[in-house]
Amino acid sequence: MAKIKLKPKAKKGVIVIKALIKHPMESGLRKKKGKLVPANHIVNMTLSHNGNKVVDADTSGAVSKDPYFKFNVPGAKGDTIEIKYKDNMGKTGSATAKSK
Amino acid sequence: MKRRLFLKSAMAGSAVATAVGAGLLTPSMVFAKTEAFKTAIKAADTAVTSAGKGSFKLKVPKIAENGAVVPVTVDASNIEGVTNISLVIKKNGTPLAASFNLTGAQGYVSTRVKMGKTSPVIALVTAGGTTTQVSQEVKVTIGGCGG
Repeated sequence: MAKIKLKPKAKKGVIVIKALIKHPMESGLRKKKGKLVPANHIVNMTLSHNGNKVVDADTSGAVSKDPYFKFNVPGAKGDTIEIKYKDNMGKTGSATAKSK
Repeated sequence: MKRRLFLKSAMAGSAVATAVGAGLLTPSMVFAKTEAFKTAIKAADTAVTSAGKGSFKLKVPKIAENGAVVPVTVDASNIEGVTNISLVIKKNGTPLAASFNLTGAQGYVSTRVKMGKTSPVIALVTAGGTTTQVSQEVKVTIGGCGG
């Protein structure tokens, strides 16, 4: 189970969203004891603000392990932020949080 | 699944393993990529060669001690209507690290990327149909990809 930390914080009409997804992000190129570690990384990540999609990101294995993202979205306190991701193994994960 | 089986058998025969090392198997064959990502890579390739210099900020360390975690910040909040921010690491196996399609969000992205070796990091910002780029060299003392 992948864990997601999502912390949206509103300040002067802008919500600063910090998200940290626990994910191995194997690029498929790394070797362990001579064997390639199969690729396992997030391929798509979306961020919604009050149900409207604001960020749609395609990511490769070149993003660090346990990826961290920071975005600025115009909005106010109490808005709902949702994050969803999908990795190349077909696994999905999501988290929602209310802006503080 | 065929791909996975192929990889397994490839690892069994060391001759094929050297083929991987020699670059006969390109990363794109090993990677499972979505169609959207493939088009994004193509777009990024053409954009890197054609884009003019941008007026936004790219914040990366000059020297990254650990190539596995290189913090990158692209701040284009001074540009109106940013639709896409892409990060390209020139000398990585897969140069396009990430592509962010923004609809409504401000032109600001901060994340962490892996870098195999010392390479220029290029940020591409698309706003109103035009793409601009800012690049900066990052020195890596310990690689983060493979090895």
